[in-house]
Amino acid sequence: MIKVEGLTRTYGSYTAVDDVSFECQPGRVTGFLGPNGAGKSTTMRIIVGLTPPTKGTATVKGVSYHDLPNPGRTVGVLLDASAQHDGRTGREVLALGAMTMGLPMSRVDEMLHLVSLSPSEAKRRIRNYSLGMRQRLGIAHALLGDPEILILDEPANGLDPAGIRWMRGLLKQYADRGGTVLLSSHLLHEVELIADEMILIGKGRIVAQGDRKSLMAHNTKVEALATSLDNTALANALTAKGISVVPAGEGLRVAAEPVEVGRTAVEHHIVLTDLRSGEGGLEDLFLQLTSDTQREGVVA
Amino acid sequence: MTATSQAPVYQAPRAAASDIPFGRLVQVEFRKSWNTRSGFWLLFTIGALVLIGELIAAIVTAVQDVDDVNLGTFATVAGVITQLLLPTLGILLVTSEWSQRTAMVTFSLEPRRSRVVQAKLVVSMIWTAITVIFALAMGAVFNLLYGAINGSISWSGGAGIIGFVITQALAMLIGFAFASLMLNSPAALVVYVAYLFVIPTIFGIGAALMHWFKSLRDWILLTQSEQPLYDGFWHMSATEWGRFLVSVAIWVVLPLVFGLRRILRAEVK
Repeated sequence: MIKVEGLTRTYGSYTAVDDVSFECQPGRVTGFLGPNGAGKSTTMRIIVGLTPPTKGTATVKGVSYHDLPNPGRTVGVLLDASAQHDGRTGREVLALGAMTMGLPMSRVDEMLHLVSLSPSEAKRRIRNYSLGMRQRLGIAHALLGDPEILILDEPANGLDPAGIRWMRGLLKQYADRGGTVLLSSHLLHEVELIADEMILIGKGRIVAQGDRKSLMAHNTKVEALATSLDNTALANALTAKGISVVPAGEGLRVAAEPVEVGRTAVEHHIVLTDLRSGEGGLEDLFLQLTSDTQREGVVA
Repeated sequence: MTATSQAPVYQAPRAAASDIPFGRLVQVEFRKSWNTRSGFWLLFTIGALVLIGELIAAIVTAVQDVDDVNLGTFATVAGVITQLLLPTLGILLVTSEWSQRTAMVTFSLEPRRSRVVQAKLVVSMIWTAITVIFALAMGAVFNLLYGAINGSISWSGGAGIIGFVITQALAMLIGFAFASLMLNSPAALVVYVAYLFVIPTIFGIGAALMHWFKSLRDWILLTQSEQPLYDGFWHMSATEWGRFLVSVAIWVVLPLVFGLRRILRAEVK
């Protein structure tokens, strides 16, 4: 498991990571979410000991990463799939990793097979790899030492849709076996589908964390979208109850819970053709919480 | 490339992890030095140039009927070539990790960075040894060839050979030190070339103009103070030793200490 406490990293007057604390539990996939430059990669580099923190501690299985003997056997790391020597073949990259960790060379072939890199692709130099292929190689490298913890920075980047689905399955399976996964992404939908636990970060600070349900509790916006056979009558009935209604597309946007809209419709014998919660889901919450940190300013 | 493979993830019995043995790190670093395209061709070029250099030396000395040609002559020829190329190898051993950003992988597999750097130092010395042996073997072959043409063979020049071995090892260390100080291949190469050619020239001009500068130069310039080694270190006077050690401290020890400190503390991105 991974434990991060009060982590802060400053560069001059710029604070990249600001008092970040969280834990990643075995058997769970923890998603690390945030806009570009929010401090995700810096936090991950600090965990792996590549960047010294200004303040705070990060431990893996209770010890500092630096004190893990042969850390590749405990923690699989993929921080940047492009950070490989262009002039080396994919197979050589894995061979070097296997040699360092003291693994048999058969493990290299197993991993190449696992990430669907063909023998002829593995013989090519990384210069000729697409980002998706580099990403697959990086995942193979992270899994090489059969680690119990995975730390992956934007692993879905550059993968094709089939590849993304494959990786989702792989990580799910890995966590179900008892593995700990920390993965970062700026793609919400990706993480939403696999993460048991989510950490939302913006401008170096954690803005929210928890499982999907507890995160949604942050969403205070109550809204319903309703369409009926008689929108005018429904709008009048709702307005009469003091609920504000605005037309939206073919239906109405109502500032109330869907249950309230349904009740009103029943009372007035109006046939509803569509009724759903207007809460935007995780994406809305994410944009709302990080709105002051988004580059685009306030988004809708 | 399909994305269907669902091979079960390997589950070996989890043995208590033990430290990575140093010998294995050396093996890995050695493999890294030749398994990239640039590394392979650099080694190939060093070998080819030494061969060509010796060939030219043999032809020139044979044609010109130079007298005292011996094994030491050929060692010196090889030395001129390798003193530029060998440190390039040493530089790339260090800087490629940073320019190609593989340091991220290297240091996450062995976070005790000093062990990785030590392994690289050992590898740089292994390559020095291989190069020296190759150069001497070439020298022996061409010395034989020269003897066959000229009728007389001299195997003397042993002192020169020992000087050659020491200066090559020092050149390698200087390249390594500059590389760890700069962490950037072009910068480290430029500084090394400046050390080899530009700085001696500047000091030469200074020495020609001012007498006191000449004695200063003798203590600072390693390219100058290492020359007595070629006549055998057992012949060196106390002053020569002093000059040699002072200049080694300036060009090898100092940059190596600061360079290593930089590698150990640098943020790896």
